[in-house]
Amino acid sequence: MKFRAEIDIMPLEALLDPQGKAVNAGLRNLGLNNISSVRVGKHITLQLETATEAEARAEVEEACKKLLANLIMESYRFDLVAL
Amino acid sequence: MKFGVVVFPGSNCDRDTLYAFGDLLGAETVALWHKDTDLKGVDFVVLPGGFSYGDYLRSGAIARFSPIMDAVINHANRGGYVLGICNGFQILTEAKLVPGVLLHNESRKFISKNIYIKAATTNSLLTNQLEPQQALKIPIAHGEGNYYIGTDGLKSLQDNDQILFHYCDENGNVTAEANPNGALLNIAGVTNKNRNVFGMMPHPERASDPVLGNTDGLKILESILQTVG
Repeated sequence: MKFRAEIDIMPLEALLDPQGKAVNAGLRNLGLNNISSVRVGKHITLQLETATEAEARAEVEEACKKLLANLIMESYRFDLVAL
Repeated sequence: MKFGVVVFPGSNCDRDTLYAFGDLLGAETVALWHKDTDLKGVDFVVLPGGFSYGDYLRSGAIARFSPIMDAVINHANRGGYVLGICNGFQILTEAKLVPGVLLHNESRKFISKNIYIKAATTNSLLTNQLEPQQALKIPIAHGEGNYYIGTDGLKSLQDNDQILFHYCDENGNVTAEANPNGALLNIAGVTNKNRNVFGMMPHPERASDPVLGNTDGLKILESILQTVG
């Protein structure tokens, strides 16, 4: 089975996100005054081919934990889409 | 003692580091290519500063999986010495050889300037020849040097005397104003529990040659050689 993983990696809530803060200030400067709490993360997509969905899920989990996210400063979540 | 400096694609302080240990301090040195898997018999491994793999994904995240890193990790786990400077420190945190992580500078700016640090402990290979109250002028050059660790990790660092350096002002006062990047408690360098792996953001190798008018960094490198020769 072929899947596409849509992975979101975000800075942990407890941490200051200077990039999000700067973007927030930029949006305010545009006059978009209803916006707050901007946080900037990463979106990663990848494809994989495995026998089962459970296997695909396990492999993406491992990829996130071992390389794509650093769990000391980031959290991750992902969706699997069957192709 | 033989020193090996790992050269990753994007390292840019490898030559400076080889020069400081070899030419200035007279130690035996060798460059280690990141694709090799053999440490060429070195006793002390240095991961130099730079932008390994273009800092893609996170600083140090890809370099941590370079072929030579298995040998470096085994060396460290056997008690061998490893020092990571700047990007080298980032690689060590990604490899989990030292605790914590280096976030983007609070200002979001890349900072390249001289700052001051002082030893937080003299119980380490890097700091045992230093005066604990003496401020050392050392350059930093990084965008991600904001040291962070969770509450439990910080307690463990403190309980085990693992903090090596604090950012301070020129009189040795550890203040918020003297903190260039937002690092937790002004932490500029740490060691692991076994005290054989060291990470620091400032560049002692760039403050070693008298020609450059500042040799404060040499005191840190000399501290290593005077202890283990």
